[in-house]
Amino acid sequence: MNKFTEDDLKKELEHKEYEYGFYTDIESETFPKGLNEDIVRAISKKKNEPEWMTEWRLEAFRIWQDMEEPEWANVKYEKPNFQDISYYSAPKKKDKYESLDEVDPELLETFNKLGISLDEQKKLAGVAVDIVMDSVSVATTFKETLAEKGIIFCSISEAIQNHPELVKKYIGSIVPKTDNFYAALNSAVFSDGSFCYIPKGVRCPMELSTYFRINEGGTGQFERTLVIADEGSYVSYLEGCTAPQRDENQLHAAVVELIALDDAEIKYSTVQNWFPGDAEGKGGVFNFVTKRGLCEKNAKISWTQVETGSAVTWKYPSCVLKGDNSVGEFYSIAVTNHFQQADTGTKMIHLGKNTKSTIISKGVSAGKSQNSYRGLVQIGARAENARNFSQCDSLLMGNECGAHTFPYIEAKNKTAQIEHEATTSKIGEDQLFYCNQRGIDTEKAIALIVNGFSKEVLNKLPMEFAVEAQKLLEISLEGSVG
Amino acid sequence: MALNLDEMELKDKLVSSFLAFENNASIDLDSSIHDIRTKAINNFETQGFPTKKDEEWKYTSLRSVLNHDYSIFPKASSNIDLSDVKKYFVHGIESYKLVFIDGVFNSFLSDATHDGLDICVMSSALSKPKYKMIVDNYFNTIAKEDQSLANLNTAFSKEGAFINIPKNTVVPKAIQILNFSTGTEKELLVQPRNLVIVGENSHVQIIERHQNLSESNVTLTNSVTEIFVHKRGIVDYYKVQNDTENASLIDSTFVSQKQDSIASVHTFSFGGKLTRNNLEFYHEGEHITSNLNGLSIIGGKQLVDNHTLVHHKHPNCESHELYKGIFDDKSNGVFNGKVVVEKEAQKTNAFQQNNNILIGDSAAINAKPQLEIFADDVKCSHGCTIGQLDESALFYMQQRGISKENAKALLMYAFANEALDHVKVPALKQKINQIIAKKLNVDLEFDL
Repeated sequence: MNKFTEDDLKKELEHKEYEYGFYTDIESETFPKGLNEDIVRAISKKKNEPEWMTEWRLEAFRIWQDMEEPEWANVKYEKPNFQDISYYSAPKKKDKYESLDEVDPELLETFNKLGISLDEQKKLAGVAVDIVMDSVSVATTFKETLAEKGIIFCSISEAIQNHPELVKKYIGSIVPKTDNFYAALNSAVFSDGSFCYIPKGVRCPMELSTYFRINEGGTGQFERTLVIADEGSYVSYLEGCTAPQRDENQLHAAVVELIALDDAEIKYSTVQNWFPGDAEGKGGVFNFVTKRGLCEKNAKISWTQVETGSAVTWKYPSCVLKGDNSVGEFYSIAVTNHFQQADTGTKMIHLGKNTKSTIISKGVSAGKSQNSYRGLVQIGARAENARNFSQCDSLLMGNECGAHTFPYIEAKNKTAQIEHEATTSKIGEDQLFYCNQRGIDTEKAIALIVNGFSKEVLNKLPMEFAVEAQKLLEISLEGSVG
Repeated sequence: MALNLDEMELKDKLVSSFLAFENNASIDLDSSIHDIRTKAINNFETQGFPTKKDEEWKYTSLRSVLNHDYSIFPKASSNIDLSDVKKYFVHGIESYKLVFIDGVFNSFLSDATHDGLDICVMSSALSKPKYKMIVDNYFNTIAKEDQSLANLNTAFSKEGAFINIPKNTVVPKAIQILNFSTGTEKELLVQPRNLVIVGENSHVQIIERHQNLSESNVTLTNSVTEIFVHKRGIVDYYKVQNDTENASLIDSTFVSQKQDSIASVHTFSFGGKLTRNNLEFYHEGEHITSNLNGLSIIGGKQLVDNHTLVHHKHPNCESHELYKGIFDDKSNGVFNGKVVVEKEAQKTNAFQQNNNILIGDSAAINAKPQLEIFADDVKCSHGCTIGQLDESALFYMQQRGISKENAKALLMYAFANEALDHVKVPALKQKINQIIAKKLNVDLEFDL
């Protein structure tokens, strides 16, 4: 693992602004702007989808047309014009690659700039990467190793072609088309995404990973992820996001569905670093994501997320604890700086008996940003002996930012045990002074303290991500010391 | 959305009764009160009754409460014997008393005063010229215009308690405000309006109670209280809510505090079909302390909804909030505690605690402790728990020969007791203890 040295930090301090802001010119095929039934049909046709999928999309589109954009979140932004977005953009070369050598060198260069060289990843980290670049999966590695175990890890479009029975059975079963405005939109126009199926009793030998990037200007990214862990299986799934600097606000409306059947376990980790807009609050990505997982008997779903990017984040990874003895976990760090706004949290829906959930949410706000935790813990009338522990801590830097908590706690069973606690504080003067005394400058000291504050969540991340996440935290808070 | 016809009917009835009400009350049409009421009824007409679609009413439906043909104008005072209602007073203390029967002041049962301080009624404050200044300065200045029920109250505001404590006065006796409804009307809507002004360095204790005396008749009380506490003033306000199964209460209390003042509002909810308490604190100076205490013990199909707001606008202030609840049978508890800390309000300490015990199989709790913080140098926390009685503690006591019933009662009593810690009127504390003992259906054999 790369060690993060002082030199590295110094180097990073030089890039005060978003460091991944570049734009690769790959010839891509883009649909005209706007959205109507023809576009939905065209997307479906382009992807050579079967009839049922096209109908499914069209139905979602009709539902979407009758829906209104939600306004309850604690964020303010100019609503995107949905007719001014191009709904499909795919790199032109459509052939499948067997090895990396065949991949467009320019594309590889892009990944090199991101520091996630596939080669390196393959050799060092043992991570299979399914890369989504402007919505079409271009390279899938380690597929063979996985195939031996019977694991299916491919893009969702491939899955629609090759495993229609699985897709048909599970897509939209956790996040229905009617769920919300953005989920309906995604269901209508999703261009690609990842699909993962772990067969019964198989423990996935490596961390599965997907990198999402929005590349083409003016295109929205609508991926759809479906992870199915069959009985007694285990998978750890990583999702990382970086997006190049664009002036226009870009829309990102993804849907992630996790299904953990009896005794299965899914660990889903996200590092989100979409372009947050510059220091004046101009530009940045709108991140409106619907993530939800279903736990059957004795199953476990664990969400871990590090949110440092996006101008506006609207995201509530949730667990439906349907089966008895199932477990849901949510660990989150959300860092906002400058003019960023984040409204994020989780929902734990306890339906089965002896279900347990844990929520640890850490928010750090700096600059003029607003950071909200919004969570729901719901204990159904039949959920005997349900247990929940929630903790949300906020750290504020400066008096122009805000930290908010909106926890909803609904208990309908007398055997429920729920604990919720929240605190808000600032970095102690004494802590800073202590660091300064020992020759650690203030900026570094803050990074140190924030890392300590976030430790509970960082510890839950897989190794590769934890290092990256720590760096991200430091970069995100640059210039927040006043 | 299908509109509830009954709600619409009640709303229309109220709006169309407004002119008659103003005529009845012989209001000078040029007075500022007239303007305030007219504005309020217009606001109410646009807003209508809150529905579950309103975020603030997400868990509480007024439908079953509004589903009645309420009489709006209380008839002339119907008399009641002191002996019938004696048990509702707090005994053993000297006190001023303001008694309202079906919304009309009853001077026979009351003990008002103008001697150095005003403990009297709203109707005289609104009509007598000598109070004009006070009314202009205070009346309806902190009641929220965006709350339709507060507007409804303002539009029909006529009677209630008017308490005006001048500077440097420690009121020697507690003040009891009692609202009785007798059942002469089958379905009655009363809208008491209270105004409390506590001058600089003054201190007052107020106990408020609403009571339906009839077993069968339905009452809805929509009460609004505005409390102003000046520099270094201290106010302790106790609300005792232990009404019958057919009485509902919507209580909105607004508190405005000046620097160095201490305001404490204690809400004890033990009964009533539906009890909704809106309690809001606004800070207008530094070094203010606000205390909010609440205890709810309910059963049956009752519902208690506590909505609180503490708005910190200035530095160096504190707020302490503690709400406890025990919910049996099919009862419902709602808690929504909001703390807002503005960016000027540095060095704020805001603490909030909400603990609940679910006893009944079909009881439910919906809690939403909410923090909105814009200042960095603050200490704010909230905690919320939902749980059961400690099994091992129960077992321990049973081992030592305490019956299970008694052991449970003891545990619940211990749980509830923290909320009584800050009751400063011993006689009231005793009274509440009696109510709790009765509620828990057990004879607590120890010295209360």
